[in-house]
Amino acid sequence: MSRLGPLFDQLRAENRRAVIPYLVAGDPDEALTVPLMHSLVEAGADIIEVGVPFSDPMSEGPTIQKGHERALEGGTSLLSTLSLVKQFRETNAYTPLVLMGYANPLERKGYAAVADACAEAGIDGLITVDLPPEEVTAMNAELRRQKIDNIFLISPTTSDARITTITAQASGFIYYVALKGVTGAGHLDTDAVEAHLETIRQHTSLPVAVGFGIKDADTAATLARCADAVVVGSALVELVANDLGTDGSYDSAISGAHSLISSIRNGVNLATSN
Amino acid sequence: MTIDIKPDLYAQVPDEHGRFGIYGGKFVAETLMSALAELESLYNDLKDDPAFLREFDLDLTHYVGRPSPLYEAARWSDKIGGGRIYLKREDLNHTGAHKVNNTIGQALLAKYMGKKRVIAETGAGQHGVASATVAARLGLECHVFMGEEDIKRQALNVYRMKLLGAEVIPVTSGSKTLKDAMNEALRDWVTNVDNTFYIIGTVAGPHPYPMLVRDFQSVIGREARVQSLNMTGKLPDALVACVGGGSNAIGLFHPFLSDNKVAMYGVEAGGKGVETGEHAAPLSAGIPGVLHGNRTYLMQDENGQIMHTHSVSAGLDYPGVGPEHAWLKDIGRVNYVDATDAEALAAFHRVTRVEGIIPALETAHALAYAEKLAAEMVPDQHIIVNLSGRGDKDILTVAEIDGIDLGIS
Ligand SMILES: Cc1ncc(COP(=O)(O)O)c(C=O)c1O
Repeated sequence: MSRLGPLFDQLRAENRRAVIPYLVAGDPDEALTVPLMHSLVEAGADIIEVGVPFSDPMSEGPTIQKGHERALEGGTSLLSTLSLVKQFRETNAYTPLVLMGYANPLERKGYAAVADACAEAGIDGLITVDLPPEEVTAMNAELRRQKIDNIFLISPTTSDARITTITAQASGFIYYVALKGVTGAGHLDTDAVEAHLETIRQHTSLPVAVGFGIKDADTAATLARCADAVVVGSALVELVANDLGTDGSYDSAISGAHSLISSIRNGVNLATSN
Repeated sequence: MTIDIKPDLYAQVPDEHGRFGIYGGKFVAETLMSALAELESLYNDLKDDPAFLREFDLDLTHYVGRPSPLYEAARWSDKIGGGRIYLKREDLNHTGAHKVNNTIGQALLAKYMGKKRVIAETGAGQHGVASATVAARLGLECHVFMGEEDIKRQALNVYRMKLLGAEVIPVTSGSKTLKDAMNEALRDWVTNVDNTFYIIGTVAGPHPYPMLVRDFQSVIGREARVQSLNMTGKLPDALVACVGGGSNAIGLFHPFLSDNKVAMYGVEAGGKGVETGEHAAPLSAGIPGVLHGNRTYLMQDENGQIMHTHSVSAGLDYPGVGPEHAWLKDIGRVNYVDATDAEALAAFHRVTRVEGIIPALETAHALAYAEKLAAEMVPDQHIIVNLSGRGDKDILTVAEIDGIDLGIS
């Protein structure tokens, strides 16, 4: 049973917004992933988006692409990502976890087997970048069977008619891609995002998260006024890239990630407290 | 009275979802879905529109130089001593390969859509050159994505693109070849989708690309069919073409698919030998999966990661293949075989010396297989090989392999 619905119900009751950090599983090494996840929760993350490494991450900008490359060099796969999730779950049973990745690793293992393994590991939702509504029917049926949310992307180019199609199949939350571009791009227009979110809300009562291009507390705070959640990816992956564990520890990546997510948490809280 | 209309199986694909059986589709990020829908609806309006088709035909005639000849390789056929080999001379097209048939068509679509900027991915550089050429002619801004590895082995084509006014963007991610160039082009398209037309160079990518590239390239097979009947009084016994993404092959094959007696062979890059794992032959040794917007046979590991490929020819060095080929393989209509680097190089030299035609290294794979096939045939049988491109671009590669220093680098 997904933890996403109850979490968003609670946040709404408290007029709070969710902070969702994104990391690549196994980047740069599987030893970092679980401690980093716990540290993110401690810093105020409500949900964690776990990137599944893929050889051809078509929607990622250079920063996250390199994260995928580092993780693949260490041999991280969909299955080892799920065992990291299981480790995390040994001491955290409450933070919702969402897998974000690409279709081919799912195709290779088989949709039913993937849904079963995700449920067993304690995954709450899946975002598959290259499974738009036209292609996701079979995967979605397996996810429903395991009561895992299928989270759809809506973008600035999505027509009203498509928004209706998408929201009819979606659960958990909607992920609004804030800009035309790849992750980590630098041309976010917060006014345009606000206008689009209004349109989306006319079609659905599902919570809406905003991601792509959010790098600091100010932007996060601005978007928290109109979104239910903000996703921070490239800025976090960049911190990992700057500490590849060469001194035998990942202390600076973990403390850097902690302070980044704390400052975003504070910015978001301030924005919604008045 | 009901009339029993035999439906033409091959005219029914792709279906309205862009599927060839289980293959094809539109596996892309949401941001691109509206652009694909727009392209699909424009193409559906234009594909049978007489004015559009006339414009396309005029360009093919006066700018590309079509029809390309069908040439009997008499001396080569004599030496082999079996079936007769005819070469469909796509190397004589403007820019030197079949690629231009498709870029002329897609540039027309870009013009109808009012897009001022075009992007393309390229491996051997032939599609990049063909894209830069049509962009120059229409005054469009052109950006070509090319793997760093391919930039090294196709230096002449890189300079041709620059002369034509295109910007060549080196791609340094992943294996630094065609697959990564396509990733980068898709990333650019997502970012600039409002003003940019993506000219895909082969029958891959999301629907409607595999369909429209096939339609534009089918001029090859339509001409070859008429030429064969005129020259030999019958249809060919076999067709042979190399398969990278599969555009020159589908272009030759498609107009013959319903002619059950015409055998077809798609020749993939066997690299150092399919058994070594160092090759680019997904139809021979791959597994179905999803990459670059479609479901097809892919070279991938047990975790679904796309594997590095190897081929002496940059234009065949791709881990996937067009979805229609995946379907044609499964239904058994086309035989997919391979030729190794060594076999291709030997055929390259042989055809150059015996026929005075220097073929592209991609094409040499088809020639290598045709030679084997002809040897098993009798002289009143004949094969048409798609001579997809000329080999000028490969001269430096061949010299290097042969250990000859040309004093230029
Ligand atoms: C001369 C030539 N033949 C064949 C190919 C392979 O592409 P396709 O399989 O799409 O025909 C290329 C690609 O660069 C090429 O340049």
